[in-house]
Amino acid sequence: MTEVLDHTKLANIVRNGIKGSVCRESTGDLSVELEKLRDVLGFLQKEESLDFKLLNSITAVDYIEFFQLVYHLTSLTHNHCAVIKVDIFDRSNPTAPSVIDIWRGADYQEREIYDLMGIQFKDHPNLKRLLLWEGFDGHPLRKDYLEPPLPYNWPQGG
Amino acid sequence: MKTEAITVNIGPQHPSTHGVFRLRVTFDGEVIQDVEAVFGYLHRGSEKLAEERTYTQVITLTDRLDYVASMTNNQAYVLACENLMDIEVPERGQYLRMIAAELQRIASHFVATGFLLQDLGAMATPLMYGFRERERILDMFEMLCGARITNTYMRIGGVFQDAPEEFWGSLRSFLDGMPGFLDEFDSLLRGNEILLARTKDIGVLEASEAINCSVTGPVLRSTGVAWDLRKVDPYELYPRIKFDIPIGTNGDNYDRFVIRLAEIRQSISIIDQCYEQIEAGPVRSTNELLFYPKTGDAYGKVEAPKGELGFYLVSDGGIAPYRCKIRSPSLINLTMIKDLLIGSKLSDMIVTLGSIDINMGEVDR
Repeated sequence: MTEVLDHTKLANIVRNGIKGSVCRESTGDLSVELEKLRDVLGFLQKEESLDFKLLNSITAVDYIEFFQLVYHLTSLTHNHCAVIKVDIFDRSNPTAPSVIDIWRGADYQEREIYDLMGIQFKDHPNLKRLLLWEGFDGHPLRKDYLEPPLPYNWPQGG
Repeated sequence: MKTEAITVNIGPQHPSTHGVFRLRVTFDGEVIQDVEAVFGYLHRGSEKLAEERTYTQVITLTDRLDYVASMTNNQAYVLACENLMDIEVPERGQYLRMIAAELQRIASHFVATGFLLQDLGAMATPLMYGFRERERILDMFEMLCGARITNTYMRIGGVFQDAPEEFWGSLRSFLDGMPGFLDEFDSLLRGNEILLARTKDIGVLEASEAINCSVTGPVLRSTGVAWDLRKVDPYELYPRIKFDIPIGTNGDNYDRFVIRLAEIRQSISIIDQCYEQIEAGPVRSTNELLFYPKTGDAYGKVEAPKGELGFYLVSDGGIAPYRCKIRSPSLINLTMIKDLLIGSKLSDMIVTLGSIDINMGEVDR
């Protein structure tokens, strides 16, 4: 059974490793400061007692007041997992550091988030739309996205 | 003599790309210099659509992700919902889910190996044998739920309905026939010199690189990492079942091909044990169609035929998921496509792509 790391234990290890990085902890996940995100994730991958070598997924959630990035991490050697969350409050130009040099598996996932949620990833080598085409207006997974009216009329259609 | 590199679009309409997938490949003669994958031709916005549907209605969307493995998609989604809502599933329901999921794994692996061999030039013969067996599985799915491809068989809290009487007879005869068929399939292919020459030591992947690229499923296991969610993070009733995790040694195309055949054997043994262990009882703990889970989030994952399929659900207490993220193994397994393809020949590219086993419905969602 993959053990979900106890959040107080994980928070203590992270606090000792990277000073001033944890902003809150709750059952099952850990929220970190945006400025320290790269340091924390790099630390989690390298620290031997944690050894998070596998990045399961990156998710972006639009909570209207802020965007949240959710990192699901797993250690194959210790068979435990953790969830790291980070909040981005700048809605006009949301930016997060890219973790592609820590886990290359972040490549397409960050591009997808940029495409659908409009979060910029600093230092991503090839940040362009993944699923939608270049020139698409807006980011559809945002809660305030409205589908533009069709530019043509379909005479037979409703 | 002056030479120059040439860029060729392979796809989106090309039979060997297994769907509408485009690769922009730069060639130096016949050797690949650079690869760029272009996605999105089958993008339907499943994640956005899920935000406007009730938790039960979203199950129908999951069928259309990896459309050759609908059962495991259903399973991943309903497990995520059950994590979110703390719903228990009766034992018979869990056994039925495991049987359906393992049958689906067999079907999906037959499609994968069949098309890999088709790409290799073994025109139609192995593919048709594989499809003949897959057809029997689809018939069984029809008995279970009336649908063959887009099943929507699983529900939050169990399965749609109990299996009818004739299902068990078909399942028994399928299980009895499969080992013999697999031996035949193996002897047809494994000793084939052309197959060995075209797949051995081609498209080699390192274990550490595969993990760093978030690769999961048979592609990861082919590099020698015994990571199978059914074993390391068991869901449903897998702890009661005895089975092995087949792993490879080289991480080449041949290993990826052989592992899928070995996994089919393991799946048959799993279904066999489920068949022995299943007892009468309810199949579904709740008949609710509308759910109002409390505010929070949950992640549910299963070992789908192509890798770790995960659903991350966020609830705001409403009738529909606030956010439904799909962690699709097909897309993420393609991250390391550059490593696999650069430096190889055009003809090997087709085989390598086939051995990763992608499904565009799941890549583009």
